[in-house]
Amino acid sequence: MLYRESGQYKTTYSADQAIFTIPQDRVFFALLMLAAFVGIPLVATNYVYTALLIPFLCLSLAALGLNILTGYCGQLSLGTGAFMGVGAVAAWNIATRVPDLNLLVVFALAGLITAAVGMFFGLPSLRIKGFYLAVATLAAQFFLPWLFVKWGWLTNYASSGVITAPQLKMFGWEVDTPMEKYLFALSVVTLLALMAKNLVRSNPGRQWMAIRDMDIAAEIIGIRPVVAKLTAFAVSSFYIGIAGALYLFVYLGSTEPDGFGISLSFQALFMIIIGGLGSILGSFLGAFFILLLPIFLTRVPPMLGFDLSTALVSHLEFMVFGALIVFFLIVEPHGLARLWQITKEKLRIWPFPY
Amino acid sequence: MAFFFEVLIGGLMAGVMYSLVALGFVLIFKASGVFNFAQGAMVLFAGLFFVGFTELGVPTWLSLLLTVGVMVLLAVAVERLVLRHLVNQEGIILFMATIGVSFFLDGFGQTIWGSNVKQLDIGIPTDPIFLMDGEILIQSFDLWAALVAGTLLASLVVFQKTRTGRALRAVADDHQAAQSVGIPLNVIWIIVWAIAGLVALVAGVMWGSKLGMQPAIVSLALKALPVLILGGFTSIPGAIIGGLIIGAGEKLAEVYIGPLVGGGIENWFAYVLALAFLLIRPQGLFGEKLIERV
Repeated sequence: MLYRESGQYKTTYSADQAIFTIPQDRVFFALLMLAAFVGIPLVATNYVYTALLIPFLCLSLAALGLNILTGYCGQLSLGTGAFMGVGAVAAWNIATRVPDLNLLVVFALAGLITAAVGMFFGLPSLRIKGFYLAVATLAAQFFLPWLFVKWGWLTNYASSGVITAPQLKMFGWEVDTPMEKYLFALSVVTLLALMAKNLVRSNPGRQWMAIRDMDIAAEIIGIRPVVAKLTAFAVSSFYIGIAGALYLFVYLGSTEPDGFGISLSFQALFMIIIGGLGSILGSFLGAFFILLLPIFLTRVPPMLGFDLSTALVSHLEFMVFGALIVFFLIVEPHGLARLWQITKEKLRIWPFPY
Repeated sequence: MAFFFEVLIGGLMAGVMYSLVALGFVLIFKASGVFNFAQGAMVLFAGLFFVGFTELGVPTWLSLLLTVGVMVLLAVAVERLVLRHLVNQEGIILFMATIGVSFFLDGFGQTIWGSNVKQLDIGIPTDPIFLMDGEILIQSFDLWAALVAGTLLASLVVFQKTRTGRALRAVADDHQAAQSVGIPLNVIWIIVWAIAGLVALVAGVMWGSKLGMQPAIVSLALKALPVLILGGFTSIPGAIIGGLIIGAGEKLAEVYIGPLVGGGIENWFAYVLALAFLLIRPQGLFGEKLIERV
């Protein structure tokens, strides 16, 4: 009734090529953006910003990057954490060595550096695929954090090895309060997500998907696997690098360079599989779910009156987390994004399902 | 030179421990095409149960039997609750499900038995042995580990020749063909997971007596992955030989290359070695060569 597309004709090419072809979607998206940019700053507390929204934005950007590589191009990677580390370390180095550089330029450069590193570690994908590749990316995951620690120049020979994000400043705007940080992260993520959405609908994105679906067939119809795979690695690492820079500058504030461990990689992988492989929306839904779940699990038992020890809670959390992942995969292997799609399809014929 | 041999032998023995974990991976991958990430967690799980039973005062042989029972139950549960519902899904979905299983086992084992480091002593001698007039030092524990791994490998090879073993190999070769000649896939999967559980138990006992039973074993077991890609995902001898190469390689690299770059390279050297190797032989040492068609 509300969500019906009959009678909506597309009369121009641009209308046909729009991201949201249905006006209801456009209205919904506009409302969502309005809520994110205006509504949330009106109501949210500092706790919500720092514990929920800001890590959500950083990690969903990382998940988006990984989704480009794994979901769209089919190259399984377990190196997300390390690439986030590259982005963070690169951004920190640029920002401290060239103090007056605009923050956006710093982020873009950090992204480009990560893209180069990602392409380098993507080279094995030309020879190997599937789980072999996943294990190969583990090499990056273990090698890069080691490099951050051992190569003193990267952390400016700080004795503790801790890097601390500088004051965030651009165009005379000092990003200080959690709200400002949130708005900054939100703008960056929105912009990049929009770019990603358009990228995967255009030529490179279609090449990636062809490679993912069947690489030999794609090669035969004239897609160059070298170019397609390496651009996927580059674009994906660009996103992940910026996500890492955001993670350090906006969320953590300061970290040890080896904090970008394998658990981050797994978290990102969980996000895209729970959210939906090959879906921009799915990256966000997955990040939201994976971030919210532990918070939910630690908060609910005390509310229900169970008084559990911290160690037990963390073990139970592991159990519930694992069980839920399996449960989700069984119920909907294609993730939350697919559930959302099904909901929309149901809604089209609601309330008369015939 | 004696020092070189000492490092080499120490590395080979450490490699045996990796092989024990890798064996479990290979068994399951061969028979069901599932990349079982939970193998490391299964090692911890089995080890925790074994230690837990012995600490309750159960005699060693009985707790061993009880743990075997637990691992068989686990195999049935995994097949019933997870694999059965995910038949025909893509590899990555199954891989993901085993990560979920891994989390679950990790939490479950520690919920029951706690997360303290537990000492495990099943009477394996740990005194050093000296060779070549005392110039080379070998831990006798490592020799025992090699012996156990050898026995395990031998029994697996013998098992492959039995009726059930032949069925397993048939399933590994071609699911549909195996099913069409009347081999029940579900039963086979339970058997495979149970065997992988037993291998995990052996690995858990060995790792546990060497390091103490602790959650860190799960991350140590990650080292089995480069062993796998070096040896090939589908080859049991590959798992053993890959383990030996990785173990020896990383110890030698740590001793001879490590000081040049600041040490600590043991953490990643195995992966880089495996990666370099993959560039030359993408299917690993003994893996099946993939023939691709459109």
